[in-house]
Amino acid sequence: MTVTATAAGGLAEDLGSFHARAKEWVAANLEPLDGADPYLGHAIDDADHVLRAKAIQRKLFDAGFAGLCYPVEYGGRGLPAEYQDAFIDVSYGYELPRLFNMPTFTIILPTILDFGTEEQKKRFIPAAIKGEELWVQFLSEPTGGSDLAGALTRADRDGDVFVLNGSKIWSTYAWKSDYALCVARTDWEVPKHKGLSVLIVKVHQPGITINQIKHVDGSDDFCQEFFDDVVVPADQILGQVDDGWNVASRLLLHEREAMSGSSPYAMAPRTAAHENDRVGAAALAQDSGGATDPRVRQLIGEARVLTRVHTALVGRIAVSIRTGRLPAAAGSIPRLSNGMMRVRLASIALEIAGDRAVAWSDNDPTGELGVAYLGRQGPCIGGGTTEITRNIISERVLGMPREPAEDLDRPFRDVRTNAAVPRHRS
Amino acid sequence: MDLDLTPDQELLRDTTRKFLQSTVPLTTVRALADDAARFDRGWWQRGAELGWTTLLVDERRGGGSISGEGLRDLALVAEEMGAMVSPGPLIATNVVAQAVSRDASDELASHVLPGLLSGESIAAWCVAEPGRDITPHGMALQARRDGAEFVLDGVKRPVDAGGQADWLLVTATGSEGLSQFLVPASAPGVRITPLRGLDLVRQYAEIRFDGVRVPSSAVVGVLGGASLSFEAQLQTVLVLQCAEIVGATDRVFDFTVQYAFDRSSFGRALASYQALKHRFADMKLWLESAQAITVDATRAVQDGAPDAGEVARIAKVYVGERCPELIQDCIQMHGGIGVTWDHDLHLYLRRVVMNRQTYGDPMHQRDSVAILADQIGGRP
Repeated sequence: MTVTATAAGGLAEDLGSFHARAKEWVAANLEPLDGADPYLGHAIDDADHVLRAKAIQRKLFDAGFAGLCYPVEYGGRGLPAEYQDAFIDVSYGYELPRLFNMPTFTIILPTILDFGTEEQKKRFIPAAIKGEELWVQFLSEPTGGSDLAGALTRADRDGDVFVLNGSKIWSTYAWKSDYALCVARTDWEVPKHKGLSVLIVKVHQPGITINQIKHVDGSDDFCQEFFDDVVVPADQILGQVDDGWNVASRLLLHEREAMSGSSPYAMAPRTAAHENDRVGAAALAQDSGGATDPRVRQLIGEARVLTRVHTALVGRIAVSIRTGRLPAAAGSIPRLSNGMMRVRLASIALEIAGDRAVAWSDNDPTGELGVAYLGRQGPCIGGGTTEITRNIISERVLGMPREPAEDLDRPFRDVRTNAAVPRHRS
Repeated sequence: MDLDLTPDQELLRDTTRKFLQSTVPLTTVRALADDAARFDRGWWQRGAELGWTTLLVDERRGGGSISGEGLRDLALVAEEMGAMVSPGPLIATNVVAQAVSRDASDELASHVLPGLLSGESIAAWCVAEPGRDITPHGMALQARRDGAEFVLDGVKRPVDAGGQADWLLVTATGSEGLSQFLVPASAPGVRITPLRGLDLVRQYAEIRFDGVRVPSSAVVGVLGGASLSFEAQLQTVLVLQCAEIVGATDRVFDFTVQYAFDRSSFGRALASYQALKHRFADMKLWLESAQAITVDATRAVQDGAPDAGEVARIAKVYVGERCPELIQDCIQMHGGIGVTWDHDLHLYLRRVVMNRQTYGDPMHQRDSVAILADQIGGRP
């Protein structure tokens, strides 16, 4: 059974009956997580992860629960955000295709909605909502992560196509993805922000080499891509040529919305419950019994306080941005909170686990905690470092003066960078 | 500040703010520090006319809220009082008025409430005891039945507004269980000794009860069955403490940001230094977080949510710990002037530390949060 929005955009189903119907459908059609990682679900390996996510997304689409807030003409349901909230409410604790949540639904598709041509919107938005195509962002480069506008990857016009050369890095699950938004330089004779373009790039095609990067915890989600004369049709530019900074800025805005919980397109709440569970697990694993040791209790209490306050903050900032109390850049506040909270939670888990976090038996859950500690700084680095985040908060929320820069007033060709500019081989 | 206020709530906030600004500017607060009374009773009655004392009292007992949600209304007043480090027994009187409204007999309520509502009389909740936790199990003051009377023996300290109160709500234990009594401060056997304290205008006292005899009509609520009321009162206090702290911290952060724009060194505004900008970014995060959890706690307690006790304690831990640190950071931003008597920074720090340490400090509340988390997790 599916709901239809009327041609006039009116709703065929009120919120209450939607909520009830969604609840019933979720219980009958989705699998409970039962303690599984909410992100990976019940996938047995990486390949299975993609297949499962795509299949579940298709199931959601067929039942009328996909793309709830996307326009009907692009495969969505055209419903207000309250319907998405209702679906989140009833589907919490069930296996969802969270692989699609970020960046596909909350960052990429909203940006295509903002800047795409009619053809681009019709081609790409429904395919993602149906679970057919997964997206990735090609933003950071090996020569610099935080300075996005300093991109050295180049796209040179050659008749009907652009030819892409360079390298991107820190793209999550690139090898699992079908399409990417890629920031590249199309004009080197103008200042840095004026010569960028955003390209829609098919991930699996000649000239693209993807290397998985092994993380300290042994996982290999992050990738580096090498572009070697990759051909991109000229009609696959998102927005205008050389107006890529405008597009990329919107991309980052949608990323902040996603991070701050104010995106209407998110399929799951961004709470910290999962991280908090690790602290509880560490306490459980204590031989002494965590709840009876006053030192451990202080740490458990601290962890619970941090996660609950973070949840409250996410809600407050989302409302503040929506009502204009704070500028959109305030999305950086929950981003900073998330990084600092997760760093502390990793340390708390280590503290509680004691020596069992560093020397453990098979099947001892405390071993994971020591390994997680090794990658502790990740949440303070990915998605823009907490240092850049503090710059954004102080400059764009509090209005303090910008950091001095020596790359704004000259052609990008004359800017000092970390690499020799790669040349297009003609 | 709550981001979802009704026009009436905005009016309450604005009239309270204007009244405080015109009647108790910081110069007046400083002057009141040398006044034994610490606040002017006539001034408190004018505040009562604005609604400061009625918000937690049932309409049938002469009270009434602005929005139908009295605690949310009162939290706005508390925030404004924090922003002005205002004098006045706001938390002490309101928590007792709430308890009397909810639990007291008609006879007792009609005897006591009119004075509290009009501001003519002041009340204090005698709960903390030396070296004891603020929990039902922490209560050691004894209530012993003697015929138609009860005899109270024990010590309460520190008692918020204990030196000014006309009525004392005493939480006691005994063979009957946890009970509460409303005792006139003038009752024989009550010995009140004002304590020296950090806050310039909120004074605390030690109150000794030496064989104080009260009639059974002084019992508030069910004899031996006061633990639910105890919890409700504590939640109210924690929320109001947090609202005051947040109000004070918001004000300090505001004028410290301004100072960073105005003050320069090496020919540059302080606000242009990245080392300082990053600290301000952290402070903004903490302030928004403190406001967010305070609003969540206020709503949870207002609504009687199942997790109200947990959220109120979480708020006390976070706000009580983080905001004094934030103000210390603001003092650091000011440099030498920040640790002088003449600068107003210390007035705010005094108030927030006072609230931090009383009615259960963050370390105590963090322990309670852990116990609650443990129960919720279903572990032994």
